[in-house]
Amino acid sequence: MLVITCPVCGVEGEEADFHCGGEGHIARPATENPDGISDDAQRDYMFMRKNPKGVHFERWRCDRGCGKWFHACRDTVSMQIFGYYGITQRPPAALLKKADPLWQAHFEAAKKPSAKKAKS
Amino acid sequence: MTCAALPPQSSMGCLKMKKYSIFSLAKNAGNYHKDWERAWRSPEPKKEYDVVIVGAGGHGLATAYYLASKHNITNVAVIEKGWLGGGNTGRNTTIIRSNYLQDPSMAIYELSRSLYEDLSQELNYNIMFSPRGLLMLCQTEHELRAMKRTSHANRLVGIEARMIDRAEVKELVPIINDSDDCRYPILGAYYQPRGGTARHDAVAWGYARGADARGVDIIQQCEVTGITRTGRKVTGLDTSKGHIKAKKIAVVTAGNTSLVMQMAGLSMPIESVCLQALVSEPIKPAIDVVVMANTVHGYMSQSDKGELVIGGGADSYNNYSQRGSFPALEHTVTALVETFPIISRLRMMRMWGGIVDMTGDRSPIISKTDVDGLYVNCGWGTGGFKSIPGSGSVFADLVAKDQPGEIAGAFSLDRFKQGRTIDESVAAAVAH
Repeated sequence: MLVITCPVCGVEGEEADFHCGGEGHIARPATENPDGISDDAQRDYMFMRKNPKGVHFERWRCDRGCGKWFHACRDTVSMQIFGYYGITQRPPAALLKKADPLWQAHFEAAKKPSAKKAKS
Repeated sequence: MTCAALPPQSSMGCLKMKKYSIFSLAKNAGNYHKDWERAWRSPEPKKEYDVVIVGAGGHGLATAYYLASKHNITNVAVIEKGWLGGGNTGRNTTIIRSNYLQDPSMAIYELSRSLYEDLSQELNYNIMFSPRGLLMLCQTEHELRAMKRTSHANRLVGIEARMIDRAEVKELVPIINDSDDCRYPILGAYYQPRGGTARHDAVAWGYARGADARGVDIIQQCEVTGITRTGRKVTGLDTSKGHIKAKKIAVVTAGNTSLVMQMAGLSMPIESVCLQALVSEPIKPAIDVVVMANTVHGYMSQSDKGELVIGGGADSYNNYSQRGSFPALEHTVTALVETFPIISRLRMMRMWGGIVDMTGDRSPIISKTDVDGLYVNCGWGTGGFKSIPGSGSVFADLVAKDQPGEIAGAFSLDRFKQGRTIDESVAAAVAH
């Protein structure tokens, strides 16, 4: 059983006191570009998941505490939780280093569209 | 062994396979059962195969069996990192039903259920199919209406099903709590008389024996570490027993599908979560049907040994460890104690978990991929066991012909891109 500490209100509880919101950092393509969403982008957003064996970044909600969402970094084999960070934040570099290259590539790719946007 | 060199036989396949019968049983009993031959070989991998199937669970072995028996493709290996049938095939609650809502789902699950009917005869292996009847309790008005709709849909395509009232539920399941004095009183039930159970290990063993007899190599303790390709075409696999060349690769690895497909550079619309089950101490016959209570998240049947076999919902977060968490079990048992009060003081003997591969629409994936010669069969989620024969049959067609048949076509990977998802989040019932 997972024992989770809410980084927002600081309360510690069992997994049943929290709600798992699944894989984190999935950006909705329509938010950035409502008119030109490709079928591929929409599929990736709706269905494609990294599903790594090992370090994972996911969303949790402090159900029976403050009710806020936050991110957790957890190992999907050992169940160890390595750390928490805010719902609007990217994973700290130290946690990202532990993760599968898939995750590192994800944040590399995520940087690009905003860079493009800045140029235009 | 010379199985592969023999011409294919029409019914029993390889001449080497000794038929199991009352006579062979009597003969071996005379010698204290010391002379039974091994049911399948343990060969070393050859350098090259026409088809390599990754994963020797029920689906992988059934695929191998139908490739050999229906399509006469026998230069086939099934490679398995553990032992055959040791994953979800040996971890499920053995329930067989076909009460799904959408047409493609009904087609494949009913094909599967109907193949189970005479699978023991076909494989010459007793899989102990027991069509004892299956009930899905309706405990809210909404569920009652949803199940009525499902039963009508089932009857339209010829799946035997009907709605029954509380009195008939009580008649079929005398130990059930039929009072109004509970949080979710029983309002009725969906009843599939030809649903039931089978012996899960025997299904894997029967298909393994049948495939092996037709020349298929089943290679256990052989883990895939890489998939090699030239351009858009697969060429083989790196394994813990060396490189194996393959013209076609069929990945049937359930909870590990994302990892194996990643070796070929493909990502999958799948999340791996733990689904748990547990059994009680054996008791005298108490319940001779399968009862599913989806509103409260629990289902139960009784095994031939007398144990109550109990399943519930999946854990809520990604998991590769084959060990679930306690709250999910507690939730299931709490629900079942209210539904079946007599089990409240029963001791539970064993609990275990399997890693199931959940898709976004709770329907499976039987598909070609963007890589030539690479096929995938996964996403059965919490309903893999019931679908083994149908899945193996249609997947073998796809691999043999490089073209999906009528049933498999609907379950291709591109449905997620085209938006034609097959939503079975209600029929998949308890586990999401």
